[in-house]
This record gives sequence, C-alpha cells and structure tokens, in this order.
Amino acid sequence: MVAPPDWKVGDGLEERTPPPINRDQLRKYAEASGDPNPIHLSDEAAETAGLPGVIAHGMLTVATMGLLLSPYLEHGHVKTFRSRFSGMVFLGDRLRVGGRVTGVDQTAEGRLYTFEVYARRDGDTVASGGIEFLVPHGADGLQP
Amino acid sequence: MLYEGFVGRSSESVWNIVERDAVRLFAEAIADPSPLYRDEEAAGRSRYGRLLAPPTFPRTFDYGRVEGLQLPPAGLIHGEFRISYRRPLLVGDELLCHLTLKDSYDKRGRRGLLGFLLFERTGEDQEGNLVFTTNDTVVVTEAVRAGIE
Repeated sequence: MVAPPDWKVGDGLEERTPPPINRDQLRKYAEASGDPNPIHLSDEAAETAGLPGVIAHGMLTVATMGLLLSPYLEHGHVKTFRSRFSGMVFLGDRLRVGGRVTGVDQTAEGRLYTFEVYARRDGDTVASGGIEFLVPHGADGLQP
Repeated sequence: MLYEGFVGRSSESVWNIVERDAVRLFAEAIADPSPLYRDEEAAGRSRYGRLLAPPTFPRTFDYGRVEGLQLPPAGLIHGEFRISYRRPLLVGDELLCHLTLKDSYDKRGRRGLLGFLLFERTGEDQEGNLVFTTNDTVVVTEAVRAGIE
C-alpha cells in the first residue's frame, strides 16, 4: 500500500514500461473485453484490412495508461479519463506510459487532481490524454 | 454524412452485471496488479467495501443496438475515448446501459474524406442514477466508406 498522495502541479508520475505487446495478451484482452475484431488476433485479417500486421486494441493502451494511478486506488478513484489515439500499436512494441500533474483543485467532494498522460513507443506518441483523480475528503489525511 | 438518419437515435437499454470473475479476467488482461480488483478481503477493508472494477471496464458491457444501424464489420478506427464517472464502478453493480449515435460529420484531410461518428454510452444503477458516461469518436476512412455507400 502506498502513502496517500499529496501531489503538486508539475509532479511527474513514475514512467512505466510494461512488457512488449504479445499475442497472448491481445487474445486475453479480446476475450476479457468481448471485442471480436479479428485485426487484433489474425495476421490475415490485419493484412486484409490494409495493416502491416496485427494491431493492439486502442482501449488496451488506455488501460495501460490507467496503470499509472492504479497504486493510488486505495485513496482515490478515477472521475474522468480521456484519450486521443495518434498511432497504431503493433506486436512487439514496447510502450512507455507516463504523466504529470497539471491541476490540484479543492472540490465539494474532495481534492481533484488533473493529470496529462501519454503512451509512447520510442519517440512516437501513440495516445495522449488526461485523467481526473478524486481523493475524497478524509481519504488523504490532509486538511481541506 | 454517414448514417445521418440515425443521429440522435438510441439502442434499447440492456442490463449488465459487474461480475467478479469478469473483473478478475479483465484486470489480468490489462496487467493491472491492484488487489482492489481481485482480493475480496483487501477490497472489503478498503473505503469501497467491495471489489472495484478498472476504469475502462465498461468496455465489456452490452449496450444493445440502434435498430437498423449496420456499421462495417472491419476497418473502423477508434479516434478518441472519454469516460466520466459519478461514482466508482463496483463488483455486484447492476447497470442499465444503452448507446446513442450523437453526431456524424465529415472532414477532408490529408488522408481523403473522413467520416466521424460520435457515440455516447451510459450506465445507470437500479435507482436510475447515472454511474458513467463514455464518449467515443470512431473514424471511417474513405476506403471503408466506399463499402457503405
């Protein structure tokens, strides 16, 4: 369990580099999410769709960015999460996800932290977005 | 504009239950190690009181179909995603879900004529309170459009 967060504007979240995308993970995600689209599973289907190979689910990249705040769920939860997709993710790609605090606001519900987050492969950004994370009153041990 | 006559139309609502095993499998698939998604005891001691679902879990729900709206089976591109929660999603929640085609517009860009479809999906609890809203932008390329029109 991590200590309750007390982030300041400009603080960075520790970057994470999950293992490279592999077929087994895409198969598991397809099953768990109920997404039957074969471009994530079959080379043939991907090629028919004009792709150089199987691509990862965009929402898997979003979930990977979500890992940044997963250690803090004991103290708060995600209020909003948005992502814009700017590149495709292929088998073997190693993503690097990170983010930083862009806002800290006191709201009626508690302290609302705003983050800018990204998923990159080498220098390319494949997704970027934002997360609002609410730490309800009393959950962070901080005075309002 | 694509599917112009369907803009503003909604699916019939469908009940979805947030099941423990589905959450565990989803958490494994996204490689999220949080005990709050899988350890009943840890979750029970937490301020949630029961197992939590990952923020992107509503992707797994059935939102029904807009009658008559037939999207191409392949080639759609996910452009943007947004989810907004009124409260965290928990295992055991029963949610009435539906989707609406909110908008359709075209843009001409470097890659030719692109169609944009905006879908909104919502989940309400048994008391009729909104729990989450998602907004997805789906991009239809010129090649895929050729197969529709």
